[in-house]
Amino acid sequence: MLRDREEEILEALWGEIVEKKNHMCDISVLKDDEAIKQLTDLDYVEVKNNQVRLTNKGREEAKNCVRRHRLAERLFVDVLDIKDKLVHEASCKFEHLLHKGLDENVCILLGHPKTCPHGRPIPEGECCKDAKRIPKKLIMRLSELELDRKATISYLETQDQSILQKIIAIGALPNTGIRLIQKFPSYVFQIGKSQFAIDKELASSIYVRV
Amino acid sequence: MAIDYKGPVEYSIEIAIERICALLNASYFISKRSVALLILQDDKETEEMVVANEGEAVDKIREVVKETKSHFANAITYELALERQAEVKSIVDKAVKIKKESIGTRERLSRLTMNPLTGIPILLFVLYWGLYKFVGQFGAGTVVNFIEGTLFEKYFNPFIANLIIKIVPWEVLQGLFVGEYGIITLGLRYAVALILPIVTFFFIVFSVIEDTGYLPRLAMLIDRTFKKIGLSGRAVIPMVLGFGCATMATMVTRTLPTKRERIIATMLLSLAVPCSAQMGVILALLGGNPKAMLIWAGIVGLIFLFVGYLTSKILPGERPSFYMEVPPLRMPSVSNVITKTFARVKWYFIEILPLFLLASIFIWLGMLLHIFDFIVGLLKTPVELIGLPPEASTAFLFGFFRRDYGAAGLYDLNKHGLLNGTQLVVSCVALTLFLPCIAQFLMNIKERGWKTGLGISVFILFFSFTAAYIVNFILTKFGVIL
Repeated sequence: MLRDREEEILEALWGEIVEKKNHMCDISVLKDDEAIKQLTDLDYVEVKNNQVRLTNKGREEAKNCVRRHRLAERLFVDVLDIKDKLVHEASCKFEHLLHKGLDENVCILLGHPKTCPHGRPIPEGECCKDAKRIPKKLIMRLSELELDRKATISYLETQDQSILQKIIAIGALPNTGIRLIQKFPSYVFQIGKSQFAIDKELASSIYVRV
Repeated sequence: MAIDYKGPVEYSIEIAIERICALLNASYFISKRSVALLILQDDKETEEMVVANEGEAVDKIREVVKETKSHFANAITYELALERQAEVKSIVDKAVKIKKESIGTRERLSRLTMNPLTGIPILLFVLYWGLYKFVGQFGAGTVVNFIEGTLFEKYFNPFIANLIIKIVPWEVLQGLFVGEYGIITLGLRYAVALILPIVTFFFIVFSVIEDTGYLPRLAMLIDRTFKKIGLSGRAVIPMVLGFGCATMATMVTRTLPTKRERIIATMLLSLAVPCSAQMGVILALLGGNPKAMLIWAGIVGLIFLFVGYLTSKILPGERPSFYMEVPPLRMPSVSNVITKTFARVKWYFIEILPLFLLASIFIWLGMLLHIFDFIVGLLKTPVELIGLPPEASTAFLFGFFRRDYGAAGLYDLNKHGLLNGTQLVVSCVALTLFLPCIAQFLMNIKERGWKTGLGISVFILFFSFTAAYIVNFILTKFGVIL
């Protein structure tokens, strides 16, 4: 596990080497720093004549550190509404908590942002790649579902007892597979071997998961 | 099979059922467990039954229901449905294997009928061949001409007239049976020679359409439009039937789920849906004049939507919701169609025949007491106001006794060259909208009660003349020559 200082060095290297497209970076200031030594031992960086280079392994780790930092910034600015000065400081502390898995959750929560509040790119994670393949919303009303996409009913939402009874009568209950066949002029869907036609009001009371 | 309803242990539905069962003392035609389950689901009928039978225990039972409900976020109905579904699923998973099927011809055809782009042309095709060609031209034309023109007028009527004249000595009473508007010569002849064949042909087409599974597809196509007039797609069935016989269609409005929908449907059937007999005469009147026909159809269509829209705005009650199973398209079997047609024609005939005979008696009385001359005199002014010759008022009065009869009266006027193009359109509009025939008037009252039935009729009386007046005014003002 890297310590905070080592992560920050990796982030700085990512900025200097990857984003500014330099092959190497001069670290004469940090020559005898403990952290550099640690990174070298872990095979993240190679140091030659005060010039440092990221290894493939180090490049991956640096990318994740940057990603966590910038996601943290987005979280503070967009969700927690923390003002300018505090953003960097808070993010620096918070990013170290965002380890494997947690960063993905934050990324999903924020809707896979592409840049940090300062406009620098946030490196893509696995979840962002997945998000490009599957639609953004996982749970939606039946009326919003794409045609012919397989989905599962997650829950019913209506205060109207008579609407609820109609949906129950159709058998459109949670955990049932459902496929929308047509949207206009009415909603037609298939459950098992049966097809049903319903109006928009009923279709909006059924929530599905793709 | 009893399912063990789970839920948080001590407050489970199962325990509530036990507690309610213990409180139920009276005996019911279903098990106590079923009664308890229905009460937990707020079933109104069961609640009334329990209130009537249980006396003091009712409060305690209500207490249990209330307490049970407070432990669930969702309605008990929903919780039970979930439990049942889980049980069903576990059985089905063990016992049934489902093969994957690709989309076949049947499914492709089904989708064509439901897609508005292809579905509307298919609908027009069905209406043209099924209703216009088969019921209208063949049934109401060829077959009726033979039965009414040949069998009745040539053989049956003269025979029965002679017979009655021999048996009944008084001329007035002879008139009741075999006069111009006699029970036998008008009432029975209309019922047997005119309505029976038309309705039989209509029911054949309807049964075929029904058995293919086309109706739910039509309902889903039209639901959005019908919602605007306070109806749901389900109302398409009485509406389609209305093109056969609006009286019968009014009976079928019983199948609509709410009172509000039933009133709107009755209103529209009485006002703007021409029945097959009437349609036949109107087609004959306007057939040679496509422009006039188009204007008539456009006006009646607009009025249908406009009045429906207004009624739905005025009438209180919840908005209708639409849900319907869409069964696979099937090839109808001949024996099924015959059986159904026969059963329906029989049922219809038994319901309708007394009304026809009654109408004949009314007309006979009216003629006898000179009430008709009086009413015809009353109708002259409004008839002249809408730009028609005074002779047309007779057609309107008889229109009440048989809508198609009124149309036939116009047909006579037209034959004598008394109507021009504009007058034809105006009179066809007025007559389509005008008071439903007496059979339907009686049916409106029977189905909707005195107040509503009469209210609808009075509204239509004024509306039809007002609409005709406006149509006449516009056509004359803009000098439309038809």
